[in-house]
Order: sequence, then structure tokens, then C-alpha cells
Amino acid sequence: MLDRRCDRLEQALDGIGSGARLMISGFGEAGRPNMLIKGLIDRGVTDLDLISNNAGEGETGLAALIRAGMVRRLTCSFPRGALAQVVEHFVRHRGLELDVMPQGTLAERLRAGGAGIPAFYTATGYGTIYADGKETREFDGRGYVMETAITADFALVKAHRADRWGNLTYLNLARNFSPLMAMAGKRTIVEADEILELGAIAPEEVVTPGIFTDVLVRTVDVPDADWPRYDLETGARK
Amino acid sequence: MTLDRNAIAARIAQDIPEGWFVNLGIGIPELVADHIGQKEVVFHSENGILGMGPAAQGDAVDWTMINAGKKPITALPGASYFDSAFSFSIVRGRHLDLCVLGAYQVAENGDIANWSRDMDDPLPAIGGAMDLAAGAQRIYVLMTHVEKSGAPRLLERCTYPLTGAGVVSRIYTDMAVIEVTPDGFRVMEMAPGITREALQAASGATLRFADTVAELQDLTA
Repeated sequence: MLDRRCDRLEQALDGIGSGARLMISGFGEAGRPNMLIKGLIDRGVTDLDLISNNAGEGETGLAALIRAGMVRRLTCSFPRGALAQVVEHFVRHRGLELDVMPQGTLAERLRAGGAGIPAFYTATGYGTIYADGKETREFDGRGYVMETAITADFALVKAHRADRWGNLTYLNLARNFSPLMAMAGKRTIVEADEILELGAIAPEEVVTPGIFTDVLVRTVDVPDADWPRYDLETGARK
Repeated sequence: MTLDRNAIAARIAQDIPEGWFVNLGIGIPELVADHIGQKEVVFHSENGILGMGPAAQGDAVDWTMINAGKKPITALPGASYFDSAFSFSIVRGRHLDLCVLGAYQVAENGDIANWSRDMDDPLPAIGGAMDLAAGAQRIYVLMTHVEKSGAPRLLERCTYPLTGAGVVSRIYTDMAVIEVTPDGFRVMEMAPGITREALQAASGATLRFADTVAELQDLTA
């Protein structure tokens, strides 16, 4: 029987070690797999090579992972916003590496990674410092920048509804990067609000077919008080 | 007399025809939506929606319903959702009729700088701005004519890092409406009481003037 379901969070995250390259879905806090992130923090891994559009907000979720000092490199499009001061502190004093790119470039590099396309050309960033040192080429008189695909060892993804084959739907604008990361991750770990009987999701409603899902866990909300807090200066857990 | 940001937004809204698909940049450009009135204009947000409605208030706030600025929004009947690659395919595939962006600087060759004031920014944050600048059919800029310091924002060449090269077609400021032409800036409208000399003095590049320069109206008055 093909069954992607897994009852234990620790088991679902099995294999993610220090130095892993992984992607975490979400735009702002919409579509963020917070239970999986909490599980990752509890594993105590370090030196993560993280790909996520933003850096998180406040002290919970993705922000907690950054504050815990578990991330060595962050590939993103927008590290500013609510966590700007924290990210800047980590860049200046804690050796956090940033790789910032246009959001459409990040999205398309992930799509390419999942689709087996090693590189592509885009007009985005042409003529700006972002294109410095990159291969460029003209097509029909317009300048384009070459971008390469992004893949990762793991993708942590938030879905709304799922079935045991791992077919997925997403709620509202929580879709954003999830379908792309589900495709671009070698091992895709999904948390879903609801896990339904096979067939309960109509074929035309499926956004991410189960072929991309490796492990599926039902979301249990992480209470605010359960997130560890860290002292920004010393990095010590409060 | 100069226009406030709402009045500039209203003036831009006047130039958006019914049926256009439009992306409004984060911040002040979002005000344009408040002045579209009864026209059916479809708003796109980079995080995956066409048919974005007004801001959500009170019980209607749902954190899976946010805009590019991460503020709560509503969806209009007819709206659609899609993933980020699809959303930026709409942008990069040149399907949007217009994007309205704020800017630090615009150059007479249509270059725009709106994402960083520092070539060595420790925290560069590009977001969707470069995609929108390169991808939309038209880029209109909404900004004050000069910086708070009085420094001009209309320049021969931008001094801040570029968001896009040669992409801006029109600029709406508190003092004037200006087109970017192959010959540089061309003033189409000026706010009442502002002289050509004063406008030129507030600009860092040579201005040309349309044969008939119309009065820039405060449509919110």
C-alpha cells in the first residue's frame, strides 16, 4: 500500500543532519510549516543551508530557527521586514551568509530545479549590480541574465489538505513557494491541516500530485509558549 | 501648491483604463487602489493572486490572505490563486499592463532605483521589485519630486543601485506629471503655482516641456 503518512514528527524529519541543505515554504507567515520547523529546532541541527523567501517574524517559526543560530546560509529574496535587526546582527556578528536574489528568480530557479532544467535566461536584474559577474546574453535585442536551478536535500512544506498518496492542496495565498519546493526537494516532508481518505480530494483540485511527497504528517499547532527564546547577544537559550 | 500622496495616487488612478491588470508596489503605490472607483481593474499581488480586493479588517483578517507587504487583504469575486513561479510568470511574461512603483531615484533614460540606497548594503532586500521593473508592460513611478533633504530624485543617472534599466515610462510627483522619452524628461502637467524654473531647480536633469503643459489637478480636493 502506498502510504506517505507518518505519525511521529521525529521520524518524519529523520535524516536531516547538521549542514543539510533544505528549503522551507512560505511567504511572510502564510504557508510556513511551523510544526516541522519546531521539530527541526528540537533536533538541534546546525549549519543549515536554508532556502526560504523571507527570514521570518517575531520569535516563533522561521524566526526562532534563525535566532537559534542554526542557519549558516540563507538564500532568500527579502531578508528585511520584521526580523531585519536580528538578521543584520547575525550577518555582522554570527557569520550568517546571505544570498539574496529577485523573488521571481528564486521562484523560477526552484521551478527549474524541480523540472530538471539546469539553467535559464531572464530579463530580471539585467543592467543592475545583481547581474554583475553573471553570464548575460541578448535575444531579439533584449538583454538577459543566466540563472541556474536550485535543488535541496530536503523540502519542508505546509499544505492544507492531503491524502495518503501525498496529493496536496493549499489554503488561499499559503500556496506561494510550497508546490515549487515540493518538486525541488529530494526528500519532501509535508505537514497538512487535514489528511483525508484517498479520493476525497477531486483530481482537478490537486495542486501538488503525490509523486512529490515523501512523508506526510498532520499539523498540530505549536503553542507560542513552546517556542524556545534566545538571547540575541550571547545566543544562549533564555 | 503641491499634491499630497493621496492626490498623486488619485491622478495615477485616472490614467488606468478599465480592464487593465495592474500590480501596485508595496507602500504608497497601494493608495492607487483607493481611487479606481467603479472601474473594473484587476490587481495582482506577487504572492499569488489576481483579483485582490481591499484590506481586510477585524473578523475578516485571515493570515493566509495577505498582500506583498504582508498586510491582510480580501479577494474579489473572480479572483484566482497560484504559486510563486506562476505569479512571476505573469510578471516576467509581460502579461501585466502596468506596475506602479515607488522610487528613490529615476533617471532620464528610464532607469529606476528603488530597493537600496547603499551599494554595499549588509541586508540587501530585492523582493519582487526587479521582476516587476523588468516584466510589466509599463512602469509608472509615484514619488515626491525631491527627497526630504531637498535632493532631486529626477536625475541624469541614478546614484543608487538600479532596480531596472530603461524601464520607466511615466513619473507622477507632488509637483508634476513627467514622461520619459528618448530625449529625456518631458513635463506634461504641473501643479498650480509652480513655475517651470522652480520645477527645473527641483530636478537633477534637464526638463523639456510639452507644447501645452496642463494643470496637475488635485482630484481629491
